[in-house]
Amino acid sequence: MTNHWVDIRNANLILSMGGNSAEAHPVGFRWVTEAIEHNKAELITIDPRFTRTGAVAQDKAFIRTGTDIAFLGGLISYLIETDQIQREYVLNYTDAALIVRDDYGFEDGLFSGYDASTRSYDKRSWMYAMGDDGFVRRDESLQDPRCVYQLLRAHYSRYTPDMVSSITGIQVDNIQRIWKKIAATAVPDRTMTILYALGWTQHSIGSQIIRTAAMVQLLLGNMGMPGGGVNALRGHSNIQGLTDLGLLSQLLPGYMTLANATEQEYRAYIDKRVKQPTIEGQVSYWKNYENFHVSLMKSWFGNAATQQNDWCFDWLPKLERPLYDVLDTFDRMSRGELTGYFCQGFNPLASFPDRAKVTRALSSLKYLVVMDPLNTETSEFWKNYGEYNDVDPSQIDTEVFRLPTCCFAEDEGSIVNSARWLQWHWAAAPPPGDSRPDTAIMGELFLKLKQLYQQEGGVFPAPILNLTWDYKIPAEPSPQELAREYNGRALEDLVDADGNVTRRAGEQLAGFAELTADGKTAAGCWIFTGCWTEDGNMMARRDNADPYGTGNTLGWAWAWPMNRRILYNRASADLQGRPWGTNKAFIWWDGEQGAWVGADVPDFPTNSPPSQGQMPFIMQPEGVGHLFAGQSMVDGPFPEHYEPFESPVPQNLLHPGKEQARNNPAARIFDADREALGKPEDFPHAATTYRLTEHFHFWTKHAELNAIVQPQQFVEIGEALAEEIGVAAGDWVKVSSNRGSIRAVAVVTKRMRPMRIGDRQVHHVGIPLHWGFTGAARKGYLINALTPFVGDANTQTPEYKSFTVRVEKA
Amino acid sequence: MDNSQNIIARSATTTAPPQVRSHVDEVAKLIDVSKCIGCKACQVACMEWNDLRDEVGECHGTYDNPTDLTPESWTVMRFSEYEDTNGGLEWLIRKDGCMHCAEPGCLEACPAPGAIVQYANGIVDFDSNHCIGCGYCITGCPFDIPRISPKDQKSYKCTLCSDRVNAGLEPACVKTCPTNCIEFGTKADMLARAEKRVGDLKELGFRDAGIYDPAGVGGTHVMYVLHHADDPNRYSGLPKDPRISPLVDAWKGATKPIMSAIIGITAFAGVIHYMTKGPKEEPEEQPDAHEETPPHALGYDATQRNERGHDAGDSAGERPRGDER
Ligand code: SF4
Ligand code: SF4
Ligand code: SF4
Repeated sequence: MTNHWVDIRNANLILSMGGNSAEAHPVGFRWVTEAIEHNKAELITIDPRFTRTGAVAQDKAFIRTGTDIAFLGGLISYLIETDQIQREYVLNYTDAALIVRDDYGFEDGLFSGYDASTRSYDKRSWMYAMGDDGFVRRDESLQDPRCVYQLLRAHYSRYTPDMVSSITGIQVDNIQRIWKKIAATAVPDRTMTILYALGWTQHSIGSQIIRTAAMVQLLLGNMGMPGGGVNALRGHSNIQGLTDLGLLSQLLPGYMTLANATEQEYRAYIDKRVKQPTIEGQVSYWKNYENFHVSLMKSWFGNAATQQNDWCFDWLPKLERPLYDVLDTFDRMSRGELTGYFCQGFNPLASFPDRAKVTRALSSLKYLVVMDPLNTETSEFWKNYGEYNDVDPSQIDTEVFRLPTCCFAEDEGSIVNSARWLQWHWAAAPPPGDSRPDTAIMGELFLKLKQLYQQEGGVFPAPILNLTWDYKIPAEPSPQELAREYNGRALEDLVDADGNVTRRAGEQLAGFAELTADGKTAAGCWIFTGCWTEDGNMMARRDNADPYGTGNTLGWAWAWPMNRRILYNRASADLQGRPWGTNKAFIWWDGEQGAWVGADVPDFPTNSPPSQGQMPFIMQPEGVGHLFAGQSMVDGPFPEHYEPFESPVPQNLLHPGKEQARNNPAARIFDADREALGKPEDFPHAATTYRLTEHFHFWTKHAELNAIVQPQQFVEIGEALAEEIGVAAGDWVKVSSNRGSIRAVAVVTKRMRPMRIGDRQVHHVGIPLHWGFTGAARKGYLINALTPFVGDANTQTPEYKSFTVRVEKA
Repeated sequence: MDNSQNIIARSATTTAPPQVRSHVDEVAKLIDVSKCIGCKACQVACMEWNDLRDEVGECHGTYDNPTDLTPESWTVMRFSEYEDTNGGLEWLIRKDGCMHCAEPGCLEACPAPGAIVQYANGIVDFDSNHCIGCGYCITGCPFDIPRISPKDQKSYKCTLCSDRVNAGLEPACVKTCPTNCIEFGTKADMLARAEKRVGDLKELGFRDAGIYDPAGVGGTHVMYVLHHADDPNRYSGLPKDPRISPLVDAWKGATKPIMSAIIGITAFAGVIHYMTKGPKEEPEEQPDAHEETPPHALGYDATQRNERGHDAGDSAGERPRGDER
């Protein structure tokens, strides 16, 4: 979330789209109901179905799955053409006025630089034009045809209400009514918050859908504002922590990136990542990349990391393929290229697309280690459960080890919530049986590996032998020790420009501004620096004082970065540093104090006066929000609507007849998996998967109470489709895709209606995901028997939300 | 079981109830249907607090599960899809359970002394030790709430968490509800709160928004805020004008002559009857003496209660009947 849960109550309009916030986040939804009652906010939901969120929403529209960019792109065009943008904000706080290189272009659904053989773009032309002074060129009038604003306008001029309607299936009057309500938040004293979840993420165009939302918010001046922002409601309690700590194959902690195989030279690796300002005087905070990187290396390798050995740069793995994401890993596993697999807190047999392929992959392993508190399907992938897991154990040689872990309530530590808050929690009960904390299992495993390397040598032992491991009980690093390590400390006395000691050696650091690139500091995750200072554990704080009445409780837990609760909050004030609206006052410039003050920790240099002209988006080299994503996206600087890889519509209505532009040309798909895609004539229904409020993923089916309130697998279909196939509520249906089929009870509902898309009528089929063959609930099918092995171009997240099926009476 | 001084009415009983707690504020649970997201957290909380475990059932083609109240599910969410004549669709989700009527038909109908009691704060509670499993409470209930357990032949329903309330806590479902759509407090406060919410809904265009606190049962200690108070029926059959079934009178009428004739020995005879014929028979004590015998003759009204707001504290007052109002 750019903002946070409590802040939702400050919104005037809440757009719940790409997620079913009441269903999947009922506790956080409290703030939506607060906004409706106390702020007279309106809740609008846009979803393929009439959902539980819809039950309490004041307005809603039903959209064909996977077509959100069409709706939001049309909205961008509407905002521009009707001049309902927050003009002062757009001109100063976004890149609207920046000029783009002449060789950037978009034709036939493809951006410049496309290489069909690699399904990727060369992004060189997607850049701003540089002036002779070495900084980006601007046109304050926004009239230059090559300025971002005009390019944006031209790009979305194709997204007319009629076009949007024929792609999304929403009627034109509904589209226009909702656009109008959204546009009304362009004024300074009204904000819209956008709540989304995996309904936007899990598409082959997922990242671009989210970007379109961010662009809308920039145009409306809703970024950095209380009650604004683009807010990812994360689907796991600690999934935010996972990404923060860099548990993705190409990341290092704190969103630093691993080198690829062509980057063998330390200086070049750093220089590429140190972002100098491209507009004079801007903050460009990534210019400090080396401070963060060296501090990480010192944290990992201690005295072994020196300037002479480039802080052990050679010890870091270099990516010889673009990514080692889960799709890639299971693809290689399915081809027998992997020997063993450690599966920690993960249930890939249920969670990865194309279950048949996952079964093949796991069957080809020599060993599989499952660390989990629950008896997951993955740990029993080899066992025959009749129709629910129809495998032949005699044909599977994989040796499976189960290492029971304890669950969050049996362990101490911090969890990072959607709002970036690190909240410390304490064990409520001792773990049952032989289960142990993950850290204890990992600790023991590491010591054993280290011992083997010490005794037997082996290839490249240095990183293992030199890894910092100074925990009191080496086999069981404590949560406190790990948290202090992430925060970081001074390794030598730190001194300021005048030679005064600012931090004694051994002291915990108070913030990442203290980090240095000369080896004097260590920090395991620079964005967490400040979570455990000399004052103690900031994450354990429980002061909910709210002095400004904004719902910003700075004494409650701790949020990264630097306890800032709303990112880019400098943008909540105008150029002179005054709040845009008195009802939206959040932080402002206090001339007497010479500082930014207010309800939040400024996400900005505290003493940089408005007159200095530094802009709010301090992580960008230009200091402004990007409407044009030159370098951060791999599949286009402007989002474009492409059809899901399996779509009931045979072509992209924006690019009829252009086969390359039917689906996202840069999305992740392997050739064999393309073969497994179904055709609209065989699989005519648009399918989407989702969670129900009664369950949490594949976990709570193990809990009796959850099983009681939602005991058995079902699929949801509309009355019209039910009638077509002769099915009544409670009957069994068979749902098939080109990859497999499941059987389930039919919930027949008025809440799903057929949509008119171009020349055809499209039915949606809703497929909740929670059931499987282990647990307390009734046995059911793993629904990834149906889903395609296709991933988003930027994140490789599988396309679970849009594919096609056929439904028939079982 | 609650402190017995709190009891202001007791089923089929000939002893006068205590009056020392007549000053106690009536409580109420307010369910704002317009805010409910149907998450069933309240259902789970109810099972957890009351230590109940219903069976892991089946999907019957709707979101409702369990599909009905049971001896182990004292509250269930009922989902109804309401289509108006213009094709507008609403998904109305109502938390169903005991309404804790001011004039409880269950208590009225119950022939087992003390199996159903009403406390000074308005809560209607079942004392299972005295329940004979005859099922008359179901007949007596205008909301079809109590359920007899096949395991022990006892009747069960929501207690309004009388154990928690007595200890100064809110009911478990209230504490758990993530959207705050269930609130708990004095009946007066809850009515004021409900008025405010009705105003909000009217502002949003729900012209018929209103409070559900039906007079036919003397008002209830569980109230709803409805967007369509003119048509409660669309919320999965919430009765528009609930009254105690005439059947309750009918069976009482039939037993009256016998009961009054043998008054005095019935207690003994009833026990014998119960022991030989089983619980689904006549009660062990004269259930209805007050129907035949004028209150002044017996000195009290068997199911008499304090009519706060009317004739508070008048222990001799005839109890007004819901279906007579
Ligand atoms: S807990 Fe509250 S929101 Fe959830 S179903 Fe119950 S009453 Fe409705
Ligand atoms: S709702 Fe039914 S069970 Fe509850 S108090 Fe009223 S009559 Fe008795
Ligand atoms: S008040 Fe108590 S017993 Fe009644 S439904 Fe709520 S949790 Fe269950």
